[in-house]
Amino acid sequence: MIPLMEKELVNRRGWLSQEEFLDTLALSQAMPGVFAANMATAVGMKRRGVLGAAAAISGNIFMPVLMILLLAVFFRHFSDNHWVESIFKGVRPAVVALIAAPVFKMAKTAGISWRNAWIPVLSALLIACLGVSPVLVVLAAAAGGFLYGAIVRRKEGKA
Amino acid sequence: MIFWQLFYTFCQIGAFTFGGGYAMISLIYSEVVERQGWLTAAEFTDIVAVSQATPGPVGINVATYSGYTAVVNAGFDPWLGVLGAVIASFAVLLIPVILMVLVLHFLQKYRHHPLVEKVFTTLRLTVVGLVAAAAILLITPITFGTETFQLTASILIFLIVFVAAFRYKQSPVLLLVLSALVGLALYA
Repeated sequence: MIPLMEKELVNRRGWLSQEEFLDTLALSQAMPGVFAANMATAVGMKRRGVLGAAAAISGNIFMPVLMILLLAVFFRHFSDNHWVESIFKGVRPAVVALIAAPVFKMAKTAGISWRNAWIPVLSALLIACLGVSPVLVVLAAAAGGFLYGAIVRRKEGKA
Repeated sequence: MIFWQLFYTFCQIGAFTFGGGYAMISLIYSEVVERQGWLTAAEFTDIVAVSQATPGPVGINVATYSGYTAVVNAGFDPWLGVLGAVIASFAVLLIPVILMVLVLHFLQKYRHHPLVEKVFTTLRLTVVGLVAAAAILLITPITFGTETFQLTASILIFLIVFVAAFRYKQSPVLLLVLSALVGLALYA
């Protein structure tokens, strides 16, 4: 998706320079929410302010929403269908595998090491085994990172 | 009131999603399947499959689908289901978009502040845990089956797809289409 965005936004339309594109990309990935919609917001804002953002988001989500709505209607009528059910019996374990596969690559990108590996492991266990809400885990992680950063800064300040 | 619940739940999902579509899955699962019961674990997995095979983002797809299904399951007219889908899709974007607009306007200069960077380093590590949790949560009798034949087939499909995606970088769409064909061959 990112190469496609770059081609459209930088090369074809010239809405962003190469550098602006990379900056916007980093910000859209760092902020909460759906990455593609964040990107659309940023580009729309830059070109035409809040209205531009609204237009870009509408364009961004129109097709996916329409497509899934049609599928939802379709599924309601055919979910008992023997063929559809057979297809999904094959697909469901594959989906789980596709979610599990990027975990290790993500861990590498996140800068995992023996010292901090407990963070993802503990988060996964809390959510999957103890049923803790991911909202709480995310909040605790943000607060923990902030406190840790503050303590390190204070120590460095004194040293 | 189901429309308000949809709005509120998906606002929350949008606000707490860091790190993209896969990280969203455990959050959406805990809200939509476990807490609200709008979808079954099987329906949820099916939507994730559809999202992986279609261009739309997982977060918006699940919001659209849950919005429609929750309203229609509650006994309303299908047209109100469409309204539910629109409300949920709008809600999941609302808070992130407001935050984006605010940050672009006022907070750009704090982006490289050491404290902000520390918070994001921790969040990135946590997100890895969130994705792992999503995979663990979805390994259930509902998605893998209970009787020996289906269970064995499911475990084999899981292992083959995992290796193909992880080791050989095969595209998700190709792997999903192949496992759909395997499903047809085995069960139809």
